[in-house]
Amino acid sequence: MTALAAVAIGVVSLQWVVLLVIAAVAIAGALVVVLHRSPVVGAMGLVTNLLCVAGIYVLLNAYFFAALQVIIYAGAVVVLITFVIMLLNLRPEARGGPGLVPIGLAVLLGLALIVVLGRPLLEFSAPTAEAVAPEFGSVRQVGEALFTEYFYPFLAVSLALLSAMVGAVLLAKRHLED
Amino acid sequence: MDLFLVVATIVKVALVVVVVISAVPVLTWVERRGSAFMQLRLGPNRVGPLGLLQPLADGIKFMFKEDIVPPFVYRPFYVAAPAIAFVAALLAFAVIPFGGTLMIDGREIPLVILDLDVGVLFLLAASGMGVFGIILAGWASNNKYSMLGGLRSSAQMISYELSLGLALVSVLIYAGTLRPTEIVEQQIGGTWNVFPLFVGFVILLVSAFAETNRLPFDLPEAETELVAGYHTEYSSMKFSMFFMAEYINMITGSALVTTLFLGGYALPFQRSVFEGWLGLEGNLLAVLQLASFTLKVGFFMWLYVWVRWTLPRFRFDQLMRLGWKILIPLALVHVVWASLLVMWGVPA
Repeated sequence: MTALAAVAIGVVSLQWVVLLVIAAVAIAGALVVVLHRSPVVGAMGLVTNLLCVAGIYVLLNAYFFAALQVIIYAGAVVVLITFVIMLLNLRPEARGGPGLVPIGLAVLLGLALIVVLGRPLLEFSAPTAEAVAPEFGSVRQVGEALFTEYFYPFLAVSLALLSAMVGAVLLAKRHLED
Repeated sequence: MDLFLVVATIVKVALVVVVVISAVPVLTWVERRGSAFMQLRLGPNRVGPLGLLQPLADGIKFMFKEDIVPPFVYRPFYVAAPAIAFVAALLAFAVIPFGGTLMIDGREIPLVILDLDVGVLFLLAASGMGVFGIILAGWASNNKYSMLGGLRSSAQMISYELSLGLALVSVLIYAGTLRPTEIVEQQIGGTWNVFPLFVGFVILLVSAFAETNRLPFDLPEAETELVAGYHTEYSSMKFSMFFMAEYINMITGSALVTTLFLGGYALPFQRSVFEGWLGLEGNLLAVLQLASFTLKVGFFMWLYVWVRWTLPRFRFDQLMRLGWKILIPLALVHVVWASLLVMWGVPA
Protein backbone atom coordinates (compact mmCIF):
# COMPACT_ATOMS: atom_id res chain seq x y z
CA MET A 1 0.00 0.00 0.00
CA THR A 2 2.82 2.38 0.82
CA ALA A 3 4.32 1.68 -2.59
CA LEU A 4 1.03 2.54 -4.28
CA ALA A 5 0.76 5.72 -2.26
CA ALA A 6 4.32 6.67 -3.20
CA VAL A 7 3.47 6.22 -6.86
CA ALA A 8 0.28 8.22 -6.48
CA ILE A 9 2.07 11.25 -5.06
CA GLY A 10 4.82 10.89 -7.66
CA VAL A 11 7.77 10.22 -5.37
CA VAL A 12 8.81 7.16 -7.39
CA SER A 13 7.79 6.18 -10.88
CA LEU A 14 5.64 3.13 -11.51
CA GLN A 15 8.57 1.68 -13.43
CA TRP A 16 10.66 1.67 -10.30
CA VAL A 17 8.06 -0.24 -8.33
CA VAL A 18 7.66 -2.79 -11.13
CA LEU A 19 11.42 -3.14 -11.37
CA LEU A 20 11.75 -3.75 -7.66
CA VAL A 21 9.04 -6.42 -7.70
CA ILE A 22 10.60 -8.15 -10.71
CA ALA A 23 14.06 -7.99 -9.14
CA ALA A 24 12.79 -9.47 -5.90
CA VAL A 25 11.12 -12.36 -7.73
CA ALA A 26 14.27 -12.87 -9.81
CA ILE A 27 16.40 -13.14 -6.69
CA ALA A 28 13.89 -15.51 -5.11
CA GLY A 29 14.06 -17.68 -8.23
CA ALA A 30 17.85 -17.68 -8.17
CA LEU A 31 17.82 -18.70 -4.50
CA VAL A 32 15.49 -21.60 -5.32
CA VAL A 33 17.96 -22.76 -7.99
CA VAL A 34 20.78 -22.85 -5.48
CA LEU A 35 19.02 -23.99 -2.34
CA HIS A 36 16.25 -26.40 -3.30
CA ARG A 37 17.09 -30.08 -3.10
CA SER A 38 14.95 -31.21 -6.03
CA PRO A 39 16.55 -30.56 -9.43
CA VAL A 40 13.19 -30.10 -11.18
CA VAL A 41 12.11 -27.42 -8.70
CA GLY A 42 15.52 -25.83 -9.24
CA ALA A 43 14.94 -25.77 -12.98
CA MET A 44 11.59 -24.04 -12.43
CA GLY A 45 13.35 -21.51 -10.24
CA LEU A 46 15.68 -20.89 -13.16
CA VAL A 47 12.69 -20.29 -15.46
CA THR A 48 11.29 -17.77 -12.98
CA ASN A 49 14.61 -15.99 -12.85
CA LEU A 50 14.99 -15.89 -16.64
CA LEU A 51 11.43 -14.65 -17.13
CA CYS A 52 12.13 -11.83 -14.69
CA VAL A 53 15.19 -10.83 -16.69
CA ALA A 54 12.96 -10.74 -19.76
CA GLY A 55 10.64 -8.50 -17.77
CA ILE A 56 13.52 -6.10 -17.10
CA TYR A 57 14.22 -5.99 -20.85
CA VAL A 58 10.58 -5.06 -21.42
CA LEU A 59 10.94 -2.22 -18.91
CA LEU A 60 13.82 -0.93 -21.06
CA ASN A 61 11.59 -1.17 -24.15
CA ALA A 62 13.90 -3.84 -25.61
CA TYR A 63 11.06 -6.14 -26.69
CA PHE A 64 13.23 -8.07 -29.12
CA PHE A 65 15.70 -9.07 -26.40
CA ALA A 66 12.84 -9.94 -24.08
CA ALA A 67 11.30 -12.24 -26.68
CA LEU A 68 14.65 -13.89 -27.41
CA GLN A 69 15.31 -14.30 -23.70
CA VAL A 70 12.02 -16.14 -23.24
CA ILE A 71 12.28 -18.25 -26.40
CA ILE A 72 15.92 -19.28 -26.09
CA TYR A 73 16.69 -19.33 -22.38
CA ALA A 74 13.39 -19.80 -20.56
CA GLY A 75 12.06 -21.91 -23.42
CA ALA A 76 14.58 -24.04 -25.25
CA VAL A 77 17.45 -24.21 -22.76
CA VAL A 78 15.43 -24.94 -19.62
CA VAL A 79 13.18 -27.41 -21.45
CA LEU A 80 16.36 -29.23 -22.42
CA ILE A 81 17.62 -29.09 -18.85
CA THR A 82 14.35 -30.50 -17.47
CA PHE A 83 14.42 -33.13 -20.17
CA VAL A 84 17.86 -34.29 -19.09
CA ILE A 85 16.91 -34.19 -15.39
CA MET A 86 13.88 -36.37 -16.05
CA LEU A 87 15.73 -38.71 -18.38
CA LEU A 88 18.43 -39.32 -15.79
CA ASN A 89 15.68 -39.58 -13.17
CA LEU A 90 17.63 -37.48 -10.69
CA ARG A 91 16.42 -37.90 -7.13
CA PRO A 92 16.30 -35.01 -4.70
CA GLU A 93 19.65 -34.47 -3.06
CA ALA A 94 20.20 -36.76 -0.05
CA ARG A 95 19.99 -35.30 3.45
CA GLY A 96 23.10 -34.01 5.14
CA GLY A 97 24.42 -31.06 3.17
CA PRO A 98 28.02 -29.98 2.88
CA GLY A 99 30.12 -29.54 6.01
CA LEU A 100 31.11 -26.32 7.72
CA VAL A 101 34.35 -25.81 5.77
CA PRO A 102 32.76 -25.79 2.29
CA ILE A 103 29.95 -23.52 3.51
CA GLY A 104 32.48 -21.14 5.07
CA LEU A 105 34.51 -21.11 1.87
CA ALA A 106 31.38 -20.47 -0.20
CA VAL A 107 30.38 -17.53 1.98
CA LEU A 108 33.90 -16.11 1.80
CA LEU A 109 34.12 -16.41 -1.98
CA GLY A 110 30.60 -14.98 -2.32
CA LEU A 111 31.55 -11.95 -0.26
CA ALA A 112 34.72 -11.53 -2.33
CA LEU A 113 32.62 -11.59 -5.51
CA ILE A 114 30.26 -8.96 -4.09
CA VAL A 115 33.22 -6.72 -3.21
CA VAL A 116 34.80 -7.12 -6.67
CA LEU A 117 31.53 -6.56 -8.53
CA GLY A 118 30.13 -4.04 -6.08
CA ARG A 119 32.34 -1.07 -6.93
CA PRO A 120 31.66 -0.95 -10.68
CA LEU A 121 27.99 -1.70 -10.00
CA LEU A 122 27.72 1.24 -7.61
CA GLU A 123 29.38 3.59 -10.09
CA PHE A 124 27.22 2.25 -12.92
CA SER A 125 24.02 4.20 -13.39
CA ALA A 126 21.31 2.02 -14.86
CA PRO A 127 19.97 3.25 -18.21
CA THR A 128 16.33 4.18 -18.15
CA ALA A 129 13.94 3.61 -21.02
CA GLU A 130 14.01 7.36 -21.75
CA ALA A 131 17.80 7.53 -21.86
CA VAL A 132 18.36 4.92 -24.57
CA ALA A 133 17.49 5.62 -28.17
CA PRO A 134 14.05 4.35 -29.23
CA GLU A 135 15.76 2.24 -31.89
CA PHE A 136 17.87 0.50 -29.23
CA GLY A 137 17.59 -3.27 -29.30
CA SER A 138 15.29 -3.32 -32.32
CA VAL A 139 15.48 -6.25 -34.70
CA ARG A 140 17.04 -4.06 -37.38
CA GLN A 141 19.75 -2.69 -35.11
CA VAL A 142 20.70 -6.09 -33.73
CA GLY A 143 20.76 -7.61 -37.20
CA GLU A 144 22.92 -4.82 -38.60
CA ALA A 145 25.37 -5.11 -35.73
CA LEU A 146 25.55 -8.89 -36.11
CA PHE A 147 26.21 -8.84 -39.82
CA THR A 148 28.59 -5.89 -40.02
CA GLU A 149 30.52 -4.98 -36.88
CA TYR A 150 30.40 -8.40 -35.22
CA PHE A 151 30.36 -10.55 -38.33
CA TYR A 152 33.52 -12.56 -37.56
CA PRO A 153 32.78 -13.14 -33.87
CA PHE A 154 29.28 -14.22 -34.94
CA LEU A 155 30.79 -16.73 -37.39
CA ALA A 156 33.23 -17.96 -34.75
CA VAL A 157 30.39 -18.59 -32.29
CA SER A 158 28.43 -20.51 -34.92
CA LEU A 159 31.47 -22.66 -35.64
CA ALA A 160 32.04 -23.29 -31.95
CA LEU A 161 28.41 -24.41 -31.56
CA LEU A 162 28.71 -26.63 -34.62
CA SER A 163 31.85 -28.31 -33.32
CA ALA A 164 30.15 -28.86 -29.95
CA MET A 165 27.23 -30.49 -31.74
CA VAL A 166 29.49 -32.73 -33.82
CA GLY A 167 31.41 -33.64 -30.67
CA ALA A 168 28.22 -34.59 -28.84
CA VAL A 169 27.08 -36.79 -31.72
CA LEU A 170 30.51 -38.43 -31.86
CA LEU A 171 30.53 -39.18 -28.14
CA ALA A 172 27.05 -40.67 -28.30
CA LYS A 173 27.98 -42.83 -31.29
CA ARG A 174 31.11 -44.20 -29.64
CA HIS A 175 29.05 -45.16 -26.62
CA LEU A 176 26.57 -47.00 -28.85
CA GLU A 177 29.22 -49.11 -30.56
CA ASP A 178 30.67 -50.46 -27.33
CA MET B 1 -3.22 7.03 -22.46
CA ASP B 2 -6.80 8.12 -22.70
CA LEU B 3 -9.90 6.40 -21.45
CA PHE B 4 -11.17 5.48 -24.92
CA LEU B 5 -8.10 3.37 -25.66
CA VAL B 6 -8.26 1.66 -22.30
CA VAL B 7 -11.92 0.75 -22.71
CA ALA B 8 -11.38 -0.38 -26.32
CA THR B 9 -8.50 -2.63 -25.26
CA ILE B 10 -10.43 -4.15 -22.38
CA VAL B 11 -13.41 -4.83 -24.65
CA LYS B 12 -11.15 -6.43 -27.25
CA VAL B 13 -9.41 -8.65 -24.70
CA ALA B 14 -12.70 -9.71 -23.14
CA LEU B 15 -14.25 -10.46 -26.54
CA VAL B 16 -11.28 -12.50 -27.74
CA VAL B 17 -11.06 -14.50 -24.51
CA VAL B 18 -14.79 -15.23 -24.54
CA VAL B 19 -14.85 -16.14 -28.24
CA VAL B 20 -11.76 -18.33 -28.07
CA ILE B 21 -12.87 -20.15 -24.92
CA SER B 22 -16.42 -20.66 -26.13
CA ALA B 23 -15.10 -21.91 -29.47
CA VAL B 24 -13.69 -24.92 -27.60
CA PRO B 25 -17.03 -26.64 -26.86
CA VAL B 26 -18.15 -26.02 -30.42
CA LEU B 27 -14.95 -27.61 -31.67
CA THR B 28 -15.38 -30.66 -29.47
CA TRP B 29 -18.84 -31.04 -30.96
CA VAL B 30 -17.37 -30.75 -34.46
CA GLU B 31 -14.70 -33.25 -33.52
CA ARG B 32 -17.15 -35.84 -32.22
CA ARG B 33 -19.76 -35.41 -34.92
CA GLY B 34 -17.04 -35.18 -37.57
CA SER B 35 -15.40 -38.40 -36.45
CA ALA B 36 -18.79 -40.08 -36.36
CA PHE B 37 -19.48 -38.84 -39.89
CA MET B 38 -16.18 -40.31 -41.10
CA GLN B 39 -16.81 -43.63 -39.40
CA LEU B 40 -20.44 -43.91 -40.53
CA ARG B 41 -21.76 -43.40 -37.00
CA LEU B 42 -24.14 -40.78 -35.67
CA GLY B 43 -22.14 -39.37 -32.76
CA PRO B 44 -23.75 -37.44 -29.88
CA ASN B 45 -27.14 -36.32 -31.24
CA ARG B 46 -29.45 -36.49 -28.23
CA VAL B 47 -28.80 -33.31 -26.24
CA GLY B 48 -30.35 -30.38 -28.04
CA PRO B 49 -30.79 -29.98 -31.79
CA LEU B 50 -28.12 -32.00 -33.67
CA GLY B 51 -26.54 -32.71 -30.29
CA LEU B 52 -25.29 -29.11 -30.15
CA LEU B 53 -25.87 -28.86 -26.41
CA GLN B 54 -23.75 -31.95 -25.71
CA PRO B 55 -20.57 -29.92 -25.01
CA LEU B 56 -22.54 -27.78 -22.56
CA ALA B 57 -23.65 -30.91 -20.73
CA ASP B 58 -20.07 -32.15 -20.74
CA GLY B 59 -18.85 -28.85 -19.35
CA ILE B 60 -21.35 -28.96 -16.49
CA LYS B 61 -20.34 -32.54 -15.81
CA PHE B 62 -16.68 -31.52 -15.63
CA MET B 63 -17.45 -28.85 -13.08
CA PHE B 64 -19.33 -31.20 -10.79
CA LYS B 65 -16.87 -34.09 -11.00
CA GLU B 66 -14.85 -34.78 -7.89
CA ASP B 67 -11.46 -33.08 -8.07
CA ILE B 68 -9.12 -35.89 -7.09
CA VAL B 69 -5.57 -35.05 -6.09
CA PRO B 70 -3.71 -38.35 -5.75
CA PRO B 71 -1.35 -38.80 -2.81
CA PHE B 72 2.41 -38.51 -3.43
CA VAL B 73 2.05 -35.87 -6.14
CA TYR B 74 4.22 -32.76 -5.90
CA ARG B 75 1.34 -30.49 -5.07
CA PRO B 76 2.57 -27.00 -6.13
CA PHE B 77 3.44 -28.14 -9.62
CA TYR B 78 0.51 -30.54 -9.88
CA VAL B 79 -1.88 -27.64 -9.31
CA ALA B 80 0.07 -25.09 -11.33
CA ALA B 81 0.59 -27.23 -14.44
CA PRO B 82 -2.94 -27.01 -15.93
CA ALA B 83 -3.01 -23.28 -15.24
CA ILE B 84 0.34 -22.76 -16.98
CA ALA B 85 -0.80 -24.71 -20.03
CA PHE B 86 -4.09 -22.81 -20.18
CA VAL B 87 -2.70 -19.32 -19.65
CA ALA B 88 0.15 -19.80 -22.13
CA ALA B 89 -2.31 -21.01 -24.75
CA LEU B 90 -4.55 -17.97 -24.28
CA LEU B 91 -1.63 -15.54 -24.16
CA ALA B 92 -0.27 -16.63 -27.52
CA PHE B 93 -3.41 -15.47 -29.30
CA ALA B 94 -2.85 -11.86 -28.22
CA VAL B 95 -0.70 -10.91 -31.20
CA ILE B 96 -2.94 -12.42 -33.88
CA PRO B 97 -4.66 -9.73 -35.96
CA PHE B 98 -8.22 -10.92 -36.58
CA GLY B 99 -9.52 -8.04 -38.65
CA GLY B 100 -8.66 -4.70 -40.22
CA THR B 101 -9.43 -1.43 -38.46
CA LEU B 102 -12.84 -0.62 -37.08
CA MET B 103 -14.02 3.01 -37.00
CA ILE B 104 -16.00 3.91 -33.91
CA ASP B 105 -16.89 7.51 -33.15
CA GLY B 106 -14.26 8.74 -35.60
CA ARG B 107 -11.50 6.76 -33.91
CA GLU B 108 -9.60 3.88 -35.45
CA ILE B 109 -9.52 0.60 -33.53
CA PRO B 110 -7.14 -2.00 -34.94
CA LEU B 111 -8.62 -5.47 -34.48
CA VAL B 112 -5.61 -6.94 -32.73
CA ILE B 113 -4.95 -6.98 -29.00
CA LEU B 114 -1.20 -6.48 -29.01
CA ASP B 115 0.32 -4.96 -32.13
CA LEU B 116 3.97 -5.68 -31.28
CA ASP B 117 6.84 -5.19 -33.70
CA VAL B 118 8.14 -8.58 -32.52
CA GLY B 119 4.68 -10.15 -32.56
CA VAL B 120 5.69 -13.43 -34.19
CA LEU B 121 8.38 -13.93 -31.56
CA PHE B 122 5.90 -13.14 -28.78
CA LEU B 123 3.70 -15.94 -30.04
CA LEU B 124 6.63 -18.36 -30.11
CA ALA B 125 7.65 -17.32 -26.59
CA ALA B 126 4.17 -17.69 -25.14
CA SER B 127 3.51 -21.06 -26.72
CA GLY B 128 6.98 -22.18 -25.65
CA MET B 129 5.99 -21.56 -22.04
CA GLY B 130 3.03 -23.91 -22.51
CA VAL B 131 5.42 -26.85 -22.75
CA PHE B 132 6.21 -26.41 -19.08
CA GLY B 133 2.59 -27.09 -18.22
CA ILE B 134 2.84 -30.50 -19.87
CA ILE B 135 6.30 -31.36 -18.54
CA LEU B 136 5.41 -30.33 -15.00
CA ALA B 137 2.14 -32.25 -15.12
CA GLY B 138 4.06 -35.34 -16.18
CA TRP B 139 6.67 -34.94 -13.49
CA ALA B 140 4.50 -33.81 -10.60
CA SER B 141 1.95 -36.61 -11.08
CA ASN B 142 4.48 -39.15 -9.78
CA ASN B 143 3.25 -41.75 -12.26
CA LYS B 144 5.45 -43.46 -14.81
CA TYR B 145 2.95 -43.06 -17.64
CA SER B 146 2.56 -39.37 -16.94
CA MET B 147 6.32 -39.01 -16.75
CA LEU B 148 6.82 -40.75 -20.08
CA GLY B 149 4.15 -38.55 -21.61
CA GLY B 150 5.85 -35.42 -20.32
CA LEU B 151 9.23 -36.62 -21.55
CA ARG B 152 7.90 -37.46 -24.99
CA SER B 153 6.22 -34.12 -25.14
CA SER B 154 9.38 -32.17 -24.37
CA ALA B 155 11.43 -34.18 -26.88
CA GLN B 156 8.76 -33.66 -29.51
CA MET B 157 8.39 -29.95 -28.82
CA ILE B 158 12.14 -29.32 -28.98
CA SER B 159 12.42 -31.21 -32.26
CA TYR B 160 9.50 -29.60 -34.03
CA GLU B 161 10.10 -26.12 -32.68
CA LEU B 162 13.21 -26.09 -34.89
CA SER B 163 11.37 -26.76 -38.13
CA LEU B 164 8.57 -24.45 -37.01
CA GLY B 165 11.08 -21.71 -36.30
CA LEU B 166 12.83 -22.19 -39.63
CA ALA B 167 9.52 -22.07 -41.50
CA LEU B 168 8.77 -18.81 -39.67
CA VAL B 169 12.22 -17.48 -40.55
CA SER B 170 11.56 -17.98 -44.26
CA VAL B 171 8.30 -16.01 -44.00
CA LEU B 172 9.97 -13.28 -41.98
CA ILE B 173 12.82 -12.99 -44.48
CA TYR B 174 10.29 -12.78 -47.29
CA ALA B 175 8.14 -10.21 -45.52
CA GLY B 176 11.04 -8.28 -44.00
CA THR B 177 9.11 -7.64 -40.79
CA LEU B 178 8.13 -9.39 -37.56
CA ARG B 179 4.87 -7.49 -37.10
CA PRO B 180 1.87 -9.72 -37.93
CA THR B 181 -0.32 -6.80 -39.04
CA GLU B 182 2.33 -5.67 -41.52
CA ILE B 183 2.70 -9.20 -42.89
CA VAL B 184 -1.06 -9.29 -43.49
CA GLU B 185 -1.12 -5.85 -45.11
CA GLN B 186 1.68 -6.88 -47.45
CA GLN B 187 -0.34 -9.91 -48.51
CA ILE B 188 -3.38 -7.72 -49.16
CA GLY B 189 -1.21 -5.54 -51.40
CA GLY B 190 0.48 -8.45 -53.19
CA THR B 191 -0.12 -12.18 -53.28
CA TRP B 192 -0.71 -14.48 -50.35
CA ASN B 193 2.52 -15.97 -49.04
CA VAL B 194 1.29 -19.51 -49.61
CA PHE B 195 2.04 -19.21 -53.33
CA PRO B 196 5.73 -18.24 -53.30
CA LEU B 197 6.43 -20.11 -50.03
CA PHE B 198 4.31 -23.25 -50.40
CA VAL B 199 6.90 -25.58 -48.86
CA GLY B 200 7.18 -23.33 -45.80
CA PHE B 201 3.39 -23.44 -45.47
CA VAL B 202 3.42 -27.26 -45.42
CA ILE B 203 6.31 -27.38 -42.93
CA LEU B 204 4.60 -24.91 -40.61
CA LEU B 205 1.35 -26.84 -40.80
CA VAL B 206 2.99 -30.19 -40.00
CA SER B 207 5.01 -28.64 -37.16
CA ALA B 208 1.86 -27.02 -35.77
CA PHE B 209 0.24 -30.47 -35.60
CA ALA B 210 3.26 -31.76 -33.70
CA GLU B 211 3.39 -28.75 -31.35
CA THR B 212 -0.26 -29.15 -30.42
CA ASN B 213 0.17 -32.89 -29.74
CA ARG B 214 -2.54 -33.78 -32.21
CA LEU B 215 -2.74 -36.99 -34.17
CA PRO B 216 -0.72 -38.23 -36.00
CA PHE B 217 1.72 -36.82 -33.43
CA ASP B 218 -0.19 -37.32 -30.19
CA LEU B 219 2.48 -39.51 -28.59
CA PRO B 220 2.52 -37.57 -25.29
CA GLU B 221 -0.97 -38.90 -24.60
CA ALA B 222 -1.01 -42.07 -26.69
CA GLU B 223 -3.89 -44.00 -25.11
CA THR B 224 -2.74 -47.43 -26.22
CA GLU B 225 0.69 -47.00 -24.66
CA LEU B 226 0.47 -44.46 -21.85
CA VAL B 227 -3.14 -44.61 -20.56
CA ALA B 228 -3.55 -40.86 -21.13
CA GLY B 229 0.02 -39.62 -20.93
CA TYR B 230 0.77 -36.48 -18.99
CA HIS B 231 -2.83 -35.93 -17.81
CA THR B 232 -3.47 -39.47 -16.57
CA GLU B 233 -3.76 -38.35 -12.94
CA TYR B 234 -5.91 -35.30 -13.60
CA SER B 235 -9.64 -35.13 -13.18
CA SER B 236 -12.47 -32.62 -13.13
CA MET B 237 -11.68 -29.01 -14.13
CA LYS B 238 -7.93 -29.58 -14.01
CA PHE B 239 -8.22 -32.13 -16.80
CA SER B 240 -10.64 -29.83 -18.55
CA MET B 241 -8.03 -27.06 -18.53
CA PHE B 242 -5.50 -29.26 -20.33
CA PHE B 243 -8.21 -30.18 -22.77
CA MET B 244 -9.12 -26.55 -23.42
CA ALA B 245 -5.44 -25.58 -23.69
CA GLU B 246 -5.00 -28.14 -26.45
CA TYR B 247 -7.93 -26.76 -28.43
CA ILE B 248 -6.89 -23.15 -27.87
CA ASN B 249 -3.41 -24.06 -29.09
CA MET B 250 -5.02 -25.54 -32.19
CA ILE B 251 -6.93 -22.31 -32.75
CA THR B 252 -3.77 -20.24 -32.31
CA GLY B 253 -1.81 -22.55 -34.62
CA SER B 254 -4.51 -22.26 -37.28
CA ALA B 255 -4.58 -18.50 -36.83
CA LEU B 256 -0.78 -18.33 -37.18
CA VAL B 257 -0.78 -20.34 -40.41
CA THR B 258 -3.63 -18.19 -41.70
CA THR B 259 -1.89 -14.94 -40.79
CA LEU B 260 1.48 -15.83 -42.22
CA PHE B 261 0.48 -17.71 -45.35
CA LEU B 262 -3.17 -17.21 -46.23
CA GLY B 263 -3.41 -13.46 -45.92
CA GLY B 264 -4.79 -13.43 -42.37
CA TYR B 265 -7.98 -11.39 -42.38
CA ALA B 266 -7.57 -10.48 -46.07
CA LEU B 267 -10.48 -11.18 -48.38
CA PRO B 268 -9.61 -13.02 -51.58
CA PHE B 269 -9.01 -10.44 -54.35
CA GLN B 270 -9.63 -7.75 -51.77
CA ARG B 271 -8.03 -4.86 -53.68
CA SER B 272 -9.53 -5.62 -57.09
CA VAL B 273 -12.99 -7.00 -56.26
CA PHE B 274 -14.05 -5.89 -52.81
CA GLU B 275 -12.40 -2.48 -52.63
CA GLY B 276 -12.26 -1.70 -56.36
CA TRP B 277 -15.31 -3.22 -57.98
CA LEU B 278 -17.73 -3.29 -55.04
CA GLY B 279 -16.24 -0.17 -53.48
CA LEU B 280 -16.40 -1.48 -49.91
CA GLU B 281 -14.62 0.40 -47.13
CA GLY B 282 -14.69 1.15 -43.43
CA ASN B 283 -16.62 -0.95 -40.96
CA LEU B 284 -18.39 -3.15 -43.51
CA LEU B 285 -15.02 -4.18 -44.92
CA ALA B 286 -13.70 -4.82 -41.40
CA VAL B 287 -16.64 -7.07 -40.58
CA LEU B 288 -16.20 -8.98 -43.84
CA GLN B 289 -12.51 -9.36 -43.02
CA LEU B 290 -13.37 -10.72 -39.60
CA ALA B 291 -15.66 -13.25 -41.26
CA SER B 292 -12.93 -14.15 -43.76
CA PHE B 293 -10.45 -14.71 -40.92
CA THR B 294 -12.92 -16.88 -39.02
CA LEU B 295 -13.63 -18.98 -42.10
CA LYS B 296 -9.94 -19.55 -42.81
CA VAL B 297 -9.21 -20.51 -39.20
CA GLY B 298 -12.31 -22.69 -39.26
CA PHE B 299 -10.98 -24.52 -42.30
CA PHE B 300 -7.76 -25.39 -40.50
CA MET B 301 -9.67 -26.48 -37.43
CA TRP B 302 -11.63 -28.85 -39.66
CA LEU B 303 -8.32 -30.01 -41.13
CA TYR B 304 -7.16 -30.95 -37.63
CA VAL B 305 -10.27 -33.10 -37.17
CA TRP B 306 -10.02 -34.49 -40.69
CA VAL B 307 -6.40 -35.56 -40.25
CA ARG B 308 -7.00 -36.96 -36.77
CA TRP B 309 -9.62 -39.39 -37.99
CA THR B 310 -7.74 -40.27 -41.18
CA LEU B 311 -4.13 -40.95 -40.22
CA PRO B 312 -2.88 -43.45 -37.63
CA ARG B 313 -0.35 -42.45 -34.98
CA PHE B 314 3.35 -42.31 -35.80
CA ARG B 315 5.83 -44.45 -33.94
CA PHE B 316 8.25 -42.39 -31.85
CA ASP B 317 11.30 -43.12 -34.01
CA GLN B 318 9.26 -42.26 -37.10
CA LEU B 319 8.26 -38.99 -35.50
CA MET B 320 11.88 -38.13 -34.73
CA ARG B 321 13.04 -39.15 -38.20
CA LEU B 322 10.39 -36.99 -39.86
CA GLY B 323 11.34 -34.04 -37.68
CA TRP B 324 15.11 -34.18 -37.79
CA LYS B 325 15.91 -35.84 -41.11
CA ILE B 326 13.16 -34.52 -43.36
CA LEU B 327 11.51 -31.36 -42.05
CA ILE B 328 14.58 -29.52 -40.73
CA PRO B 329 16.76 -30.00 -43.87
CA LEU B 330 13.76 -29.11 -46.02
CA ALA B 331 13.12 -26.00 -43.94
CA LEU B 332 16.78 -24.97 -44.24
CA VAL B 333 16.63 -25.28 -48.02
CA HIS B 334 13.41 -23.32 -47.93
CA VAL B 335 15.06 -20.49 -46.00
CA VAL B 336 17.60 -20.26 -48.84
CA TRP B 337 14.71 -20.22 -51.32
CA ALA B 338 13.03 -17.35 -49.46
CA SER B 339 16.34 -15.44 -49.39
CA LEU B 340 16.74 -15.99 -53.14
CA LEU B 341 13.22 -14.61 -53.70
CA VAL B 342 14.16 -11.51 -51.72
CA MET B 343 17.41 -11.20 -53.71
CA TRP B 344 15.48 -11.37 -56.97
CA GLY B 345 13.18 -8.68 -55.65
CA VAL B 346 10.00 -10.78 -55.75
CA PRO B 347 8.28 -9.31 -52.65
CA ALA B 348 6.93 -5.92 -53.59
